[in-house]
Amino acid sequence: MFEATQLNRKNKTRQRMFSIGLGSMTGLLILPVALIMGMLIYKGAPVISFEFLFTSPTNGMTAGGIFPALLGTVLLVIVALLASVPLGVAAAIYLSEYAPDNWFTRAINLAIINLAGVPSIVHALFGVGAFVIFFKFGTSILAASLTLAIMTLPVVIVATRESLQAVPMAFREACWNMGATRWQTIRSVVLPNAITGILTGVILEVSRTAGETAPIMFTGAAFFLPLLPQGVFDQTMALSLHLFVVSTQVPGMPEQLPFGVALVLISMVLIMNSLSIALRMYLRGKKKW
Amino acid sequence: MVKLGVKDLSISYAGERVLEGVNFDIQEHEIFGIIGPANAGKTSFLKAINRMDMFNTEMTVDGEIRFNNVDVSKIRNVYGLRRRIGVVFPLPVGLPLSIYDNVALAPRLGGQKDKAELDIIVERCLTRAALWDEVKDRLDSLGSMLSGGQQQRLTIARALSQDPEMLMLDEFSIAVDPVTTMRIEDVLKELRSEVTIILVTNLVQQARRLADRTAFFLGGRCVEVGVTEDLFTGEVQDQRTRDYVEGRFG
Ligand SMILES: Nc1ncnc2c1ncn2[C@@H]1O[C@H](COP(=O)(O)OP(=O)(O)OP(=O)(O)O)[C@@H](O)[C@H]1O
Ligand SMILES: [Mg+2]
Repeated sequence: MFEATQLNRKNKTRQRMFSIGLGSMTGLLILPVALIMGMLIYKGAPVISFEFLFTSPTNGMTAGGIFPALLGTVLLVIVALLASVPLGVAAAIYLSEYAPDNWFTRAINLAIINLAGVPSIVHALFGVGAFVIFFKFGTSILAASLTLAIMTLPVVIVATRESLQAVPMAFREACWNMGATRWQTIRSVVLPNAITGILTGVILEVSRTAGETAPIMFTGAAFFLPLLPQGVFDQTMALSLHLFVVSTQVPGMPEQLPFGVALVLISMVLIMNSLSIALRMYLRGKKKW
Repeated sequence: MVKLGVKDLSISYAGERVLEGVNFDIQEHEIFGIIGPANAGKTSFLKAINRMDMFNTEMTVDGEIRFNNVDVSKIRNVYGLRRRIGVVFPLPVGLPLSIYDNVALAPRLGGQKDKAELDIIVERCLTRAALWDEVKDRLDSLGSMLSGGQQQRLTIARALSQDPEMLMLDEFSIAVDPVTTMRIEDVLKELRSEVTIILVTNLVQQARRLADRTAFFLGGRCVEVGVTEDLFTGEVQDQRTRDYVEGRFG
């Protein structure tokens, strides 16, 4: 009764072919990642030490550690998040839950998508004009972070809006039927169920922010500073810019040092990403519908 | 006393009429049945009553609906209106909260914070919805993980938790097994002394079992309103009503 017909066999062969073909292409994808990581670890790992991470560079940056740059990147990311997350989440909530579906809303949505496509060097120029000059923040952590915030805002908005819209309409209607206001509905049912997506979106954003160079180059990051920043109006060093400097700008640089810097930067990004994946898995374990 | 007065009501979506010429009064403490084939406009009618048209820019409602003799289209505090009207729609919605929180949500929104009070409300509503015995040992598990029939009873419990003056049920028994349906029907009969009930149903026999009076909607019109027993014994104004209740079309 269940013998394979000619057609069954043909389908089965084809199925296997596709599976192998697509599988090997996916395998190819891993190759560059593995090579990059392999090379960074091979060349960079010997440089890494407690001292490397927690002391300042010496000898015209050819020796010593990278602490000011590491600290600078962390500061830049934190201040950028403080600006972009509340603003982005609020905008996304408005767009998803309150805004009427009219030409104005559609225009805003279009603007957000376009903003995401603006090259980072253009954001840098905007940052110089707006924050450094117009708001008179000077080249500072604040100006650089706000530039990063503007750059990451569209992604925060889109990620948040998508996780809000993944919450079924029926949940909202059930709440409204009970006499809940829009805000009560958002707070008690929509946000708790969208938070997973929002968090992972935000964390992925962090990793992107940490690696950016162009937007901070003219707005607040410095090649070399003898002192650590004392506040948000000071300039700072940053890992991404430091990597650029030690790889191209300083003669007599030990060959392995740039690899060490790169390894630290990429480790930061990978740790953040793993954190986001772990968080997502943890929250999905408590999945609600 | 008239609980809900409907006069010259018509409803359109994006300019297209789906219901018109509805005129009747629903008395306090009666069970008012609405029967009719698909697309008759029954669900739209319920949505107009608790002002759900506010959330749909396409939907326009003309004419007059008076709840407690107040025109609902002029009520500023629609949240207060909705809190007085419990709604159960055909597809069960267990909110992704614990079973307890599902039922406690409405009282909490209404400002009730006292845990002991909430416990009482939750137990009473779940009992009335014929769900208490099945869930009393796991009130902390997620409401959205219950079976379809249980979720529907949870939805009913939630509607009751608002302590509503009026209850609107839209084909509540679609997702519920016959035995449970009977238990809920018994509860509805008991509730009659406290609340006014609008019962939209596809099962004409359910209307016959429960409703004091019944309206027959057909193709966007309210064809007939009458004492339920009269509709079923053939004392009708419109031949189509008789055909429908006798199962000759629809
Ligand atoms: N949100 C909406 N947008 C546009 N048209 C709608 C919407 N909701 C309902 N309609 C239309 O209104 C008409 C009446 O629908 P309604 O849901 O009120 O019927 P019903 O009597 O409840 O039917 P059923 O017995 O199948 O539930 C239908 O023709 C439907 O297509
Ligand atoms: Mg319906």
